[in-house]
Amino acid sequence: MVNHHERLDRTFAALVDPTRRAILERLERKDSASISELAEPFAIKLPAVMKHLDVLDDAGLVTRSKSGRTVTVRLRPQPMREALAWLRRYERFWSGRLDMLAAYAESKEAEARRKGKKGR
Amino acid sequence: MTSLTLVRRIRARPAIVFDAVTTAEGIAHWWGPDAGPVLLSESDPRVGGRYRLRFRMLDGTEHESSGEFLEVVRPERVVMSWRWKGGLEDPGESRVEIRLRAIPEGTELIFTHAQLHDEETRRSHEEGWTCSLDKLEAQTATGT
Repeated sequence: MVNHHERLDRTFAALVDPTRRAILERLERKDSASISELAEPFAIKLPAVMKHLDVLDDAGLVTRSKSGRTVTVRLRPQPMREALAWLRRYERFWSGRLDMLAAYAESKEAEARRKGKKGR
Repeated sequence: MTSLTLVRRIRARPAIVFDAVTTAEGIAHWWGPDAGPVLLSESDPRVGGRYRLRFRMLDGTEHESSGEFLEVVRPERVVMSWRWKGGLEDPGESRVEIRLRAIPEGTELIFTHAQLHDEETRRSHEEGWTCSLDKLEAQTATGT
């Protein structure tokens, strides 16, 4: 599974950069965007955005299709969505569980201290 | 590897937190994602021992998870495998690790839930299939 792990490394390397993450977030909200639309909110020039898109494309996170003079960028959702859905589901689940666990352990601690005092 | 890490600071000593995490009686007190009842809580917290947990949610659905204790170092660290029964939503096995560290106010708990490689392998296989089917569909559509 060397290829698979190489691909994951590329995915995570691509996600390290905040501008690239912001591009992905925008694509998650919109169905597709042109490169100039994507460049709009950033204080960087088009060629820099193109470079970021190259990295995202290599990592399999976006696809680009050209129609005439316009390049349309789309999120390639499969690898990201699965990972994000997994994380979100379990974060909600475990966060609630750990709060309950903390409350329960703290009540046991209080109980142990009361007993300790009585025993003395 | 996809993994989730959460940290909690708990005003209780590590041994108490550890028992709350690993014993059947402890687990029954904090398990289940809403106010629905915990129906079953079994746990044999030693290396190779198994646990099984079932709860009913307020919407009436029942969910069961189970797995094996892989590492048990009281009161510092416990590692277990994790699997949903049925597992339609999240098939395959994952790994849960809980580390406890004594701090002045009690315990710092570091929780990690990680997808395993074989789970990712399965997903990548699925992706492979999806790609092939997409290609097939594209070929059919263009009439080649």
